[in-house]
Amino acid sequence: MKAYWWKFLAAGLVFYSIIGGFLFPVPELPILHETIRNTYFHIPMWFAMILLYVISVVYSIKYLSSGETKHDLLAVESVNVGIIFCGFGLITGMLWADVTWGEPWPNDPKLNGSAIATLMYLAYLVLRNALDEEQKRAKISAIYNIFAFPVMIVLLFILPRLTDSLHPGNGGNPAFSNLDMDGTMRAVFYPAVLGWMLIGVWITTLRYRYRLIDWEQ
Amino acid sequence: MRARRIQESSVNVLLRPLSLFLLVLRPLCYVRKRVSLSDMNFVRQVYLLLRKEITLEWRSKYALNGVLLYVISTVFVCYQAFKSVHPVIWNALFWIILLFTSINAISKSFTQESKARQLYYYTLVSAQAIILSKIIYNVLLMLLLATVAFFAYSTIFRNEIGDPPLYFITILLGSISFGTALTMVSGISAKANNSGTLMAILSFPVLIPVIIVLIKLSKNAMDGLERSVSYDEIGVLLAINLIVLTVSLLLFPYIWRD
Repeated sequence: MKAYWWKFLAAGLVFYSIIGGFLFPVPELPILHETIRNTYFHIPMWFAMILLYVISVVYSIKYLSSGETKHDLLAVESVNVGIIFCGFGLITGMLWADVTWGEPWPNDPKLNGSAIATLMYLAYLVLRNALDEEQKRAKISAIYNIFAFPVMIVLLFILPRLTDSLHPGNGGNPAFSNLDMDGTMRAVFYPAVLGWMLIGVWITTLRYRYRLIDWEQ
Repeated sequence: MRARRIQESSVNVLLRPLSLFLLVLRPLCYVRKRVSLSDMNFVRQVYLLLRKEITLEWRSKYALNGVLLYVISTVFVCYQAFKSVHPVIWNALFWIILLFTSINAISKSFTQESKARQLYYYTLVSAQAIILSKIIYNVLLMLLLATVAFFAYSTIFRNEIGDPPLYFITILLGSISFGTALTMVSGISAKANNSGTLMAILSFPVLIPVIIVLIKLSKNAMDGLERSVSYDEIGVLLAINLIVLTVSLLLFPYIWRD
């Protein structure tokens, strides 16, 4: 019980954010209207993805210094789950964009950046398949993972800020400021972010443990 | 050898009162001595390796001529296919030509030499010296190729450029960025044996942010905008290069040690 209290927390927070997200009052804004509720689902996906990619790069660095297969397995499973969260982030974002911006894929730097970052992590998985020898695969893919991480940061956080973007917080648009997020929204948004991050970590640990048993046999 | 040992021990006997003090200082001296020595060696190692790369290239001229021909024929194919194009497409096309040229030119930078010879280098020099010399060599190669490509492209394919010096600076920055980013990727893909496809898959995502900024910067130059507008992009390019260079220097020893 003591070891897995955070799994209950994760499930509780996500349940709370779903119920609260659909039922609690939200501010009425011109274009967004009720779609503002997507904030509780779209953005936490990206937070979870970033967290998983960070975990992955940390374990890749650990692998290079320790050479333990465990670290490599955790790194690859984090990327696997991170890509799934990225897919959900893109899907929720496209649904949202279709309603508010008029088309599912507007030419927005943040959208393109996240698509390219996904390509990079898919390339990481392809690189793993290209290498047969276990040790070598772990090492070379860890190196590529660390190499790709700063590029991902540039793509998602630096380039969109340089150009005009439809996303808040980019191209001179304000980030989540007091204007569009009131107290009730924050009360749902932050638990949602935390909940989805924990869910991501949970899925990763499950996959990692499964993989570890597979590897030990 | 024997005489030296005797000398050493006699020195120890003579300096016994100081030995404790020396013992405390010893790690410090060791570190200082090592750093200064390897620093001196390092620059020389890089220089020698770079000279080796250039000599090897100059001797065969196979890769150089091949890639040069590749650039010119690609330019010509594009010219025949398009005849005349909108400035935006002209600019984008030039960067696409350069992208493919650079991947072709740099992908063989680690596969050219045999495994045995690389093992021999491993015993002689530090891994950082190798990657740094390769990066410098590839940047030089890219500078040459990009310059040739630009002159061929702009003479065959006439187009107005508002601010030629800035456009040229963009090309220089572009070749530096391609050189640094692709050297590391070619090192990774060389370890995975099937270099061709893997090189493209691994390098495209890494190069796309660079290309986005480069196309923007060169578009500014074509429109002849005020120079100060472009400082942001130049800064980002330099920052990306610095990050890629640092990460390459940090990570290459792990690829090398096999």
